[in-house]
Amino acid sequence: MTQAGSTQTVVSVSEAKVVFGAVKALDGVTLAIRSGECVGLVGHNGAGKSTIVNVINGGLSPHQGSVVYGEDPTLGHGISAARQSGIRCVFQELSLCPNLTVVENTRVMHKPLSGWGWRRRGADIIGRKLDEIFPGHGIDSGENVGNLSIAERQMVEIAITFCEIGHPVRLVILDEPTSSLDSRLASQLLAYVRRFVAAGGSVIFISHILSEILGIADRIIVMKDGRVVAERAASGFSEHSLIEAMGSVVKEHRAARVLTDKRTGPPALAAAPVHGRGLAFEAFPGEIVGFAGLGGHGQTDMLVKLYLSLSGDWFGRRDPAAMFVAGDRAVNGTFPLWSILKNMSVALLPDLSHRGLLDEAREQVLGRSWREKIEIRTPDMDNNILSLSGGNQQKVLFARALASRAPVVLMDDPMRGVDIGTKQEVYGILRTEADQGRTFIWYSTEMDEVCLCDRVYVFNNGAIVAELKGKAVTEENILAASFTEVAA
Amino acid sequence: MKKIFSPDTIRLIVPALSLTVLLIAVFYLQPRAMSYTGLNLLFNLAVPIALATIAQMLIMTVNDLDLSMGTFVSFVACVTATFLQASPLLGIVILLAAIATYAVIGVLIHLRDLPSIVVTLGMSFVWGGLAVLILPAPGGQAPEWIRAIMTSKPPIMPMAIVASILIAVFSHLLIMRSSFGVVLRGVGGNARSVERAGWSIIRARAAVYALAAFFAILAGIALVGLTTAADANIALRYTLLSIAGVILGGGEFVGGRVSPIGAVIGALTLTLAGSFLSFLRISPDWQIGAQGAILIIVLALRLLLNRFEARRTRR
Repeated sequence: MTQAGSTQTVVSVSEAKVVFGAVKALDGVTLAIRSGECVGLVGHNGAGKSTIVNVINGGLSPHQGSVVYGEDPTLGHGISAARQSGIRCVFQELSLCPNLTVVENTRVMHKPLSGWGWRRRGADIIGRKLDEIFPGHGIDSGENVGNLSIAERQMVEIAITFCEIGHPVRLVILDEPTSSLDSRLASQLLAYVRRFVAAGGSVIFISHILSEILGIADRIIVMKDGRVVAERAASGFSEHSLIEAMGSVVKEHRAARVLTDKRTGPPALAAAPVHGRGLAFEAFPGEIVGFAGLGGHGQTDMLVKLYLSLSGDWFGRRDPAAMFVAGDRAVNGTFPLWSILKNMSVALLPDLSHRGLLDEAREQVLGRSWREKIEIRTPDMDNNILSLSGGNQQKVLFARALASRAPVVLMDDPMRGVDIGTKQEVYGILRTEADQGRTFIWYSTEMDEVCLCDRVYVFNNGAIVAELKGKAVTEENILAASFTEVAA
Repeated sequence: MKKIFSPDTIRLIVPALSLTVLLIAVFYLQPRAMSYTGLNLLFNLAVPIALATIAQMLIMTVNDLDLSMGTFVSFVACVTATFLQASPLLGIVILLAAIATYAVIGVLIHLRDLPSIVVTLGMSFVWGGLAVLILPAPGGQAPEWIRAIMTSKPPIMPMAIVASILIAVFSHLLIMRSSFGVVLRGVGGNARSVERAGWSIIRARAAVYALAAFFAILAGIALVGLTTAADANIALRYTLLSIAGVILGGGEFVGGRVSPIGAVIGALTLTLAGSFLSFLRISPDWQIGAQGAILIIVLALRLLLNRFEARRTRR
């Protein structure tokens, strides 16, 4: 690795244009990444962030324009050229092989790791990298990735990407790396990124959490509709000006909530303490109840348990009692072969059918109205669901739940990878629906969202350790409660 | 100790356990089977099935399924009993061409994004037709050398057991331990990320199909070594037996989760189940159904153990 000058160009893209059918994913983007800098990349879902990432890592050839790695324009373009130039990427959706162990995944990502004793060498390298980035991670490198939690998989993927085997690492693209990490792990990662950049590496950091971007990046590039709309040093931006540049207006201060105690009458659903530890759970009609705490401490298990208690085991109910919005889209959210419309209407088929036959006209109307309501960015609802960007796919899953008549909606960290504008819209819809008597149970890893809830249960080690209400729902209180051990 | 068994251990324990139980039952019914010759007779037909199961497992590693396995093994058996015996050079050329054809099928399936079931179902008629052209009536003769190998009597253990162990160990090293096998399984687990890491999926698929053809050819040759003659329909059962063997041995249809040792054990279990039912004097009319019942019981056992383990670890 040569680090003679600090202003070496690692990659430069000029006038790149990419078109998918009628959609202009990139409309002439020019940017350059130099060594030793961390570039923040922000923009709404569908602004072209993932596309430019794919162009840089060689997975996608621009229809016009050029990509040059390093100082050598003869190197060509493509995945292997990018990898040889030391460009690596951590994708938004987890992209490890779940049937392989951590070491075997390291081998898949790093071609030079082979020959006699590759397992031992690989275990050594990945173990040291994990220790370096996430001290105290507790991940065994012989474990199958399928047995790890989402956060652990993300940690492994990040560590594998930063490993240096054979080719040097010069530029790492991190696409929403902190979305499935809790705050402690996220800060460990950010600290490592700073160290990596200080040592001469470069990082493109993509996140919807603006404070994170402002904290870590040297330079911020704002994208909108496939174009770069603003680019300057991070110190030149504030959270407000970033949002303005992205083109969405957000209310800075949340209107003070009117605190009405909705706890009248019987609860909409309730559950006894988990394994007899901690507090019991109950939720009343019209409430938004949050689940908080560090990631993976039993929140999802609780949601699943609540959902199963409300839905029939063998026969679906005519009147659904609860809907579930999945956080892990690819695993239990989308039907990858179906159209957007079918993905949305699948939960509502009894409502949309007449004498056992589907009323297609009503289905179309429903699709159109929700497409406008939450702005799903597609020219045609009959397109495949995978033609949407991640955030837009999540919107479809939201619409699926909100369009039903179920009085209870359970949400398993549904806003992962959704842009701020959409989030604000969904928050508004949630509040209106709750006022009409719907109950929302909402597990979120983002503090801002938890703070929107009427009441919050904080989890630790599988049990509820604290209940916070109304004004007591603050970041400090939740953080304090997250580290409380349950009394046995 | 947090975990007693990992899910992967359970995958291997269940087939091993069912094989042991079946073996004990067979020994109880027919104590004379508990001898060198008895074991050889029980298991010698398992050797070609085990090889075909490994071939099927390779195809299943990349989330495909080969429905032409039975006819392909029959075709190879016919080639072995005729060309390979009469003019070995021509026989080898034909078999090499068969391997190349398999590789091309793999490339085609990948390039055109075709369902492997459809392509291999079509190919099954091609192989079947070629087999009939080569040997219109049962006949031919096994080459001397393969006859000698298959009927040899190594000390301590009968040939059938030695061969099964060799197959299991060799394929385990190839698929589970080597850095090459890791990439193949990675294709089954998450082809996209393997591709993003700079590997050629086309090459991987071609390699898998060619390797599967190689094992299937070994299966055909071994089969002729046992039967001394061939027939165009000699191995038709192998298609379903090989799939059942992989599943029985802890493999899965998708996701690249396979186990070569399990697959060999699965093939042995399936062979033994047939003998067991004969010893019980169940009429051949019912044997296929009874074999299916054994399969269901073993798979139910695996599910049960997995669920039990999941409940334990959640505590």
